[in-house]
Amino acid sequence: MSRRPFTPKVVTANELIDGDAVWLTALDSWSRDMAEAELIDDEAIAQDRLLFALSQPDVIVGAYLADAKASGNGAAPVHFREEFRARGPSNYLHGKQVGVKNHV
Amino acid sequence: MYKYNEFDENFVRERVAQFRGQVERRIDGSLTEDEFKPLRLMNGLYLQLHAYMLRVAIPYGTLNAAQMRQLAYLAERWDKGYGHFTTRQNIQYNWPKLKDVPDMLDALADVGMHAIQTSGNTIRNVTADHFAGAAADEIEDPRPVAELLRQWSTDHPEFQFLPRKFKIAVTGSSTDRAVTKAHDIGLRMVRNDAGEPGFEVIVGGGLGRTPMIGKVIRAFLPKADLLPYCEAIVSVYNLLGRRDNKYKARIKITVAENGLEKIRDLVEGRFNELRREFNGFDQELLENIEAQFAPPVFRKAPTLAFDAYRAANPAFRSWSDTNLADHHADGYAIVSVSIKKHGATPGDASADQMRVLADLAETYGHDEIRISHEQNVILPHVHKSDLAAVYEGLRDADLATANIGLVSDIIACPGMDYCALATARSIPIAQEIATRFDELKLEHEIGPLKIKISGCINACGHHHVGHIGILGLDRAGVENYQITLGGDGTETATVGERAGPGFSADEIVPAIERLIDAYLGIRASGDETFLQTYRRLGLAPFKAALYPEKEAANAA
Ligand code: SF4
Repeated sequence: MSRRPFTPKVVTANELIDGDAVWLTALDSWSRDMAEAELIDDEAIAQDRLLFALSQPDVIVGAYLADAKASGNGAAPVHFREEFRARGPSNYLHGKQVGVKNHV
Repeated sequence: MYKYNEFDENFVRERVAQFRGQVERRIDGSLTEDEFKPLRLMNGLYLQLHAYMLRVAIPYGTLNAAQMRQLAYLAERWDKGYGHFTTRQNIQYNWPKLKDVPDMLDALADVGMHAIQTSGNTIRNVTADHFAGAAADEIEDPRPVAELLRQWSTDHPEFQFLPRKFKIAVTGSSTDRAVTKAHDIGLRMVRNDAGEPGFEVIVGGGLGRTPMIGKVIRAFLPKADLLPYCEAIVSVYNLLGRRDNKYKARIKITVAENGLEKIRDLVEGRFNELRREFNGFDQELLENIEAQFAPPVFRKAPTLAFDAYRAANPAFRSWSDTNLADHHADGYAIVSVSIKKHGATPGDASADQMRVLADLAETYGHDEIRISHEQNVILPHVHKSDLAAVYEGLRDADLATANIGLVSDIIACPGMDYCALATARSIPIAQEIATRFDELKLEHEIGPLKIKISGCINACGHHHVGHIGILGLDRAGVENYQITLGGDGTETATVGERAGPGFSADEIVPAIERLIDAYLGIRASGDETFLQTYRRLGLAPFKAALYPEKEAANAA
């Protein structure tokens, strides 16, 4: 029996002060734009990056690994929950969909 | 109306000051999130999908104009210019910044409000009939009792770490407008044979994962025994309630697992002990509170202007047909202001709208406002001769939608547009259904119909007790909506029946339309409501309308 292939991941969290969804980039910074997230193909690295995120409790809250995929535009969500987090609510043009500065 | 006494005020201010320090320590890194989370939850602050959310208690749904203006001020100063009224008669702010929350809480304390016990395993905000103090069918205003319960439960040392959260609802009339049968304790005011007012005490109701209709533990409890009896229930639960499994921790499970008889015996036993300890101070307190809820001085005046305006203005006539309810005082009406404009987010009011509501309450409504669990705003005391002016004021603020109790007056929880626990969205479904039936111009023809939508099994949108309930789920990574039928949240409370397989986001609105078409085709007369037709004919004809392919396959 072969092991299930690893679904690529991103590290995501909420920014401490305003609670906005953010993603960990390959440059160790946090971006409010999911496309800039580091897409991680390897399970061990993913765990490692999550630990790195968890070591920053004064910057972010509630870091976790979310499934993601590559798109022409950078990292993209797989599940609809992550899609909403990456975009903002559907009833108003509020949150990141109205355009925000990208870096925390 | 009730004003904080000094103890309350000091207590609330002290809590804000403490929380200010905690927020500072969280931001400078000296508190971890694990340490901070229980502290913020105790102050009503949640972390949602896109931001923090502050839940502010509106005890028994009662506000005055100054408080409503302050809610508007918070919305404008620290949020995005609006607030969301919830099914627990709270208001939620969806976009506060962590560093601003202590200032928001201070601003709330300025008008005697707070966010305490809106979270955690405590006795939550006590909810009440939103027509309290006004309804024609009311025995007594239930709010003094609700306030007594609030004072008793706030920071009660024995009840800060219950097995699970605990919700109490109270209604002052035998007509249940407070969904008392879906609460941990429900109190429905009734009269005994001697004509004295007291309570039917209901225990163990609740929605969520395991919906249950509460059971009557005491058919008649004299008003004077209320506090010792409630304390007896909560202390029996505190001992017996399961702490090993979060899903089995609510009192509804305690009652189901131990049986009503055993719980009743324990409660009555404990009550007999407690009754002696209470020795009357609670009754003095209640008298004191009752004095503060003295009804306004109702005016005696002719109502001819109302009749004339009604005759002259069809839009006003339609609004007054749906949005007014009978008041106990001659010449008065209860105004339900719909916060459900077709296509808008159920329960969301802008700061401007809140200010208009405050002004109208002050000018025409004896300074009283209520929030309903159905996410609407009530002006409980309006003289009929002022209704035309109130209507025009509402209309100018886009608040005059004539749809109370109709298909577009939908309860919807925030769902996955905001809520971190959600499994699917609920707001867009409510928006689409309301928009669709507005286009069809059918809603007055359809008549009374309650649609309630929850974005997950926690059932904040009360879907189990909707005539049509919609539950949003995640089915293999796709939003899926399950329909329940025949639910009822009144004194004839019933949990709705699951209709069958769920529908995708694209299919759900047409499915609801088929259901309602079917109802219109099979109702016995124009007066038979959806719920009555459902009770008469059962699930079968509705199922056939929902799943026509199956029907065809069966026939083939
Ligand atoms: S029902 Fe679920 S999705 Fe809706 S508000 Fe409650 S917890 Fe959130």
